[in-house]
Amino acid sequence: MGAKTALYQEHLNLGAKIVDFAGWDMPLHYGSQVEEHYKVRGEAGMFDVSHMTFVDLKGERAREFLRYLLANNVDRLKSPGRALYTCMLNEKGGVVDDLIVYYFDETYYRMVVNAGTHDKDMAWIEGHAAAFDVSVTELTEVALLAVQGPDARSKVHDLLSEKQREKAEGLAPFNAVESEGFFISRTGYTGEDGYEVMVPADQAVDFWRRLHKIGVHPVGLGARDTLRLEAGMDLYSAEMDEETSPLEAGLKWTVAWEPQDRNFIGREALEPQYNATPARKLVGLILDDRGVLRAHQRVIVDGEVVGEVTSGSFSPTLGKAIAFARVPHDVSGKVLVEMRGKQLPARVVKPPFVRHGKACFE
Amino acid sequence: MSNVPSHLKYAKSHEWVESLSDDTYRIGISDHAQDLLGDMVFVELPEVGQAVSVQNECAVVESVKAASDVYSPLSGEVVAINEALVDNPDLVNRDAYGDGWLFTVKASDLSELAGLMSADDYIELRSDDDH
Repeated sequence: MGAKTALYQEHLNLGAKIVDFAGWDMPLHYGSQVEEHYKVRGEAGMFDVSHMTFVDLKGERAREFLRYLLANNVDRLKSPGRALYTCMLNEKGGVVDDLIVYYFDETYYRMVVNAGTHDKDMAWIEGHAAAFDVSVTELTEVALLAVQGPDARSKVHDLLSEKQREKAEGLAPFNAVESEGFFISRTGYTGEDGYEVMVPADQAVDFWRRLHKIGVHPVGLGARDTLRLEAGMDLYSAEMDEETSPLEAGLKWTVAWEPQDRNFIGREALEPQYNATPARKLVGLILDDRGVLRAHQRVIVDGEVVGEVTSGSFSPTLGKAIAFARVPHDVSGKVLVEMRGKQLPARVVKPPFVRHGKACFE
Repeated sequence: MSNVPSHLKYAKSHEWVESLSDDTYRIGISDHAQDLLGDMVFVELPEVGQAVSVQNECAVVESVKAASDVYSPLSGEVVAINEALVDNPDLVNRDAYGDGWLFTVKASDLSELAGLMSADDYIELRSDDDH
């Protein structure tokens, strides 16, 4: 028996297949994860992501603290509600976690970090916050619903109060607004437009049911994974971990190197690789043959194992298998991937694979 | 929950067997098996004319979750395959005992039928599986 979100009973009522995810009992799918995938690409789907960790950071030196804690630079956040994707590194330049940080004002930020890394993240954040006299408060009485897909925003708008709706409609991507108890963020993990809406836990069931009533389809973690993979988004513990530098995980764009005098955890360790070419890189793979790419399959070039698949699955949109793989920096063109005793050719491409419902890889 | 038709026989490895005539048998995977595997994305079938032997792998069903071998519950020769699965592997999910059948075997040793389970025995095995 794992931890349960405020929506657990709703998942059961909808016939969800429940699986353990980082100690939480979460819905894998509600019948067909491929159907759910299509609903998000074509209409609108909703995900319960309340198992994630929400942390509020407050203090006079909050900004200074986050400039030090995070590899991306919170100085980029200038207007209230602005969001930033970033890694949190250890001293070796490995990734402790990836997260989204929101800016409210110079003394108040919010972070959303992964469920699977909850304990070590809290210890890491609290351990470093003390020196800056920043308070770290986990939000536990909230639920987070991701509503994603081409129709997602208008569906959510239909359920908001006039005041909330006005604020939401004005949101640019990667911006959020708090209104009448709802924290509405134009972010997501699917490659589609939409919102992540944080609501008080005791309002979660009502909001979920109202969304369902107006035709927003429940979507489980299974489709969440294929959607993010098609969208070319990394998953912590698959594409990166404490032993992997963000530069070898396709995340160089999230490391703010300038200004040179900003000292953040991991900077010194990354310095030698930042201006050189890292030994390994993260690439996309497409399998044109029948078969499914899966994590840990070996990648072979000229008869030698050179790397492995970090995440792989069947892409419902493309009708074939896609994957991320970590390989030496000079690998391109075609590789072989070993699966079930066979070696099948795969094309090396630059992710993402799908944007707004269509193939888009190079 | 998944259903287990009583007119079929079952193998421990979750295949079902339907008698079509005295010596030809249609084979598929159980509703329970397809439910465990989730959405099917590829099905690899044996060839017509191929010899299969009992409890040996002769097909593969691959879902979003995993690839799984299918073991022939009977020895004999493959006399038909369900070609509709090539383009519509999800038939296995939608109709495991009907349109989602995999292949038909002309059995060479009918004594092997005694090694298969009744629906009741399969239900019991399945509930052991779940705990």
